[in-house]
Amino acid sequence: MIAEAGHYALVLALGLALIQSTVPILGARWGDHALMNVARSTALAQLLFVGASFAALTMLHVVSDFSVVNVFENSHSMKPMLYKITGVWGNHEGSMLLWVLILALFGGLVAAFGNNLPLSLRAHVLTVQGWIAAAFYLFILATSNPFLRISSPPIEGRDLNPVLQDIGLAVHPPMLYLGYVGFSISFSFAVAALIEGRIDAAWARWVRPWTLVAWIFLTLGIAMGSYWAYYELGWGGWWFWDPVENASLMPWLAGTALLHSAVVMEKRNALKVWTILLSILTFSLSLLGTFLVRSGVLTSVHAFATDPARGVFILLILCLFIGGSLSLFAARATALKQGGLFAPISREGALVLNNLLLTVACGTVLFGTLYPLALEVLTGIKLSVGAPFFNLTFGPLFVLLMIAVPFGPMLAWKRGDLLGAAQRLMAAGIAALIAIAVLYAWTYGGSTFAPLAIGLAVFVIGGALSDLAERTALFRVPLGVAMARARGLPRSTWGTAFAHAGAGIALIGIVCETTWNSEYIGTMKPRDVANVAGYQLKLDDITQRQGPNFREMIAQFTVSSDGETLQMMTPSKRNFTTRGSSTTEAALLTRGASQLYVSLGDTNADGAIAVRIYHKPLVLLIWWGPVLMAFGGLLSLSDRRLRVGAPKPAKATRALAPAE
Amino acid sequence: MTRKQRRLTMIGGSLAVLAIAAALVLNAMRDSIVFFSTPTMAAEKQIPPGKRFRLGGLVQPGSLVKGDNLAVNFSVADGAATLPVAYKGILPDLFREGQGVVAEGAIDASGVFRADTVLAKHDETYMPKDVADALKKQGHWKDDYGAKPGATAASAPVQGASK
Repeated sequence: MIAEAGHYALVLALGLALIQSTVPILGARWGDHALMNVARSTALAQLLFVGASFAALTMLHVVSDFSVVNVFENSHSMKPMLYKITGVWGNHEGSMLLWVLILALFGGLVAAFGNNLPLSLRAHVLTVQGWIAAAFYLFILATSNPFLRISSPPIEGRDLNPVLQDIGLAVHPPMLYLGYVGFSISFSFAVAALIEGRIDAAWARWVRPWTLVAWIFLTLGIAMGSYWAYYELGWGGWWFWDPVENASLMPWLAGTALLHSAVVMEKRNALKVWTILLSILTFSLSLLGTFLVRSGVLTSVHAFATDPARGVFILLILCLFIGGSLSLFAARATALKQGGLFAPISREGALVLNNLLLTVACGTVLFGTLYPLALEVLTGIKLSVGAPFFNLTFGPLFVLLMIAVPFGPMLAWKRGDLLGAAQRLMAAGIAALIAIAVLYAWTYGGSTFAPLAIGLAVFVIGGALSDLAERTALFRVPLGVAMARARGLPRSTWGTAFAHAGAGIALIGIVCETTWNSEYIGTMKPRDVANVAGYQLKLDDITQRQGPNFREMIAQFTVSSDGETLQMMTPSKRNFTTRGSSTTEAALLTRGASQLYVSLGDTNADGAIAVRIYHKPLVLLIWWGPVLMAFGGLLSLSDRRLRVGAPKPAKATRALAPAE
Repeated sequence: MTRKQRRLTMIGGSLAVLAIAAALVLNAMRDSIVFFSTPTMAAEKQIPPGKRFRLGGLVQPGSLVKGDNLAVNFSVADGAATLPVAYKGILPDLFREGQGVVAEGAIDASGVFRADTVLAKHDETYMPKDVADALKKQGHWKDDYGAKPGATAASAPVQGASK
């Protein structure tokens, strides 16, 4: 009964989406307010019905109704309640339902809080949302219905893939989807602007918070996924340049570029056409990501559905939306008026450089991800493009970007003074040089690259701090005045500083982890001691334990350093009986930002166990950086300018823009 | 500067960045791309010792020998040919005899494939795609592979081990 109700609610949501995608745009054409307002109610009702449908599926998983295929294939009555709920989106059908739920959520938010939007713009935006929603409802109902029944219900389910039974997975996909799908709003705004043939600085002001929200979630989602891979896969890797990871990185890169170009558009009314294009590209990359992950077109360290019908369907959606929006762009972009002028050396110029580097870096990732696929389709030659390729292409571009990052906020709008900016960055530069010299001396004979990269990171962090110091006139005026000025700074300035510093911090973590990682891989018997990076790990005992839906072999290590016992570490290996597969649960010991990492391999016949021990210096910075970036995004989101009701579309600004 | 000059500066800058990126990509393509082979293809193509490639196939049942200090030897077969593989380290959880495997490394002077990375993934419905395609081509294809979508949609990684 619940399944049928959920299915029915989904069909009704499709119906509502179809109304939403036709009626309001006709209303906008005819200038009929009542018809345009239909968008608002359908968007909200759609959210209600998808919500009901998702709740129904969750309910089925919670009560373990194995007469539903989806529940049977991915659940087990003995599974802990938390994983019964997270298992809802731990499979193809459920995760697509989550996708449309989030899409409807964003549509509903625009409907509910978009009262200050011009009526026709809101109608157009929600229409485009309706198109996307309708396409994906059709996809779910036609190829991935989560509510299908089994004619003779089995007694027990097949359980969720063990590696997915983890709290990291509970949070990672929803976060990622909030990011992916959140970019649909800027896409809809872009397409709406193209349909209306009108765009101004106010448009950017409406788009920016939505982009920022999506970007924050995507940043956190990617970081979370990376940390999950780090501790769950048992070999301490945190980024594999796997196509599925690239699929989430590409929208992030494009989204970051969009965030910056939207600033130029909002403040200076320039880069309009580019911002529109970037909005389209960002969401296109999100769709491409969905296609790569959902169609099974790529094999990677991630597993996915392998049903070609689904792949073809998503490919159609992909072509329709990307092709359609780009054609619309080609047809209408020339109608958009060009805005403010600026010198190449200026804040705008710096942001253009940022956009250029980010999109080109994104392009290299796209190339590396799709090239093997294209080559195989065209010539049948198989090859793998792995980490070395991306390190050699993405790496240098990102280094260029990081060098440029501190200069951006230091330059004035319209026409900047590069020399002046360099002078103001003197302190950061000196700090970077000291860092390089100290590290080089300290690790003499080791890598020369690592001190340079850390110096760069210090420069970025120092640059962010200098910017704050410069704006508060710290050290030049009494401290109290500087503090008062700090309080008076726009939150978005703080946001910028945090986000840029976060990038630097993540870079330090990445460099330290890859360069000074030490490891011990070998077999150990009880009472053996392994020495790693100044820590002694003594294997005390190996015990067996019965979990709710698995059997577990736990090894207990006593960790000591300089004769002082620090803590116990208990890595384990879980054997999931239902699926006959096992997972490795690594044990982590955090010391500051560094971690000791222990994971287990097979047991030998003589009772010895294979053990992998890593010491990863400053590894946690890799994830603290993105968290800081997201926090910066949040600060920027809370900026007064974005909270206060949208200003009137400023006709006057263009007249005031200095004509050079 | 006139509007035209500014535009030219912008276009020039963009082209410069694109050129850098293209150079980087071409350079990386030369050194860092690894081709995929099965044992049969490796024998046919006479891959020279020391050239890195990815070897895919099934772990020959009965070939797995565990030595001291995590040294492992096994053979990879594709029905027509087999190639001995030596690896040192912890094998992934999902490594089994008779199951699909992808190893990355190079053949040494004695004709043994020295792997530094071993990837394995299997359940009832899955084997590495490279392996599946290669086996399909040679007619060693079990129909039930891939018939059912591995419904573990979100992200069930191939287990990897790397030295």
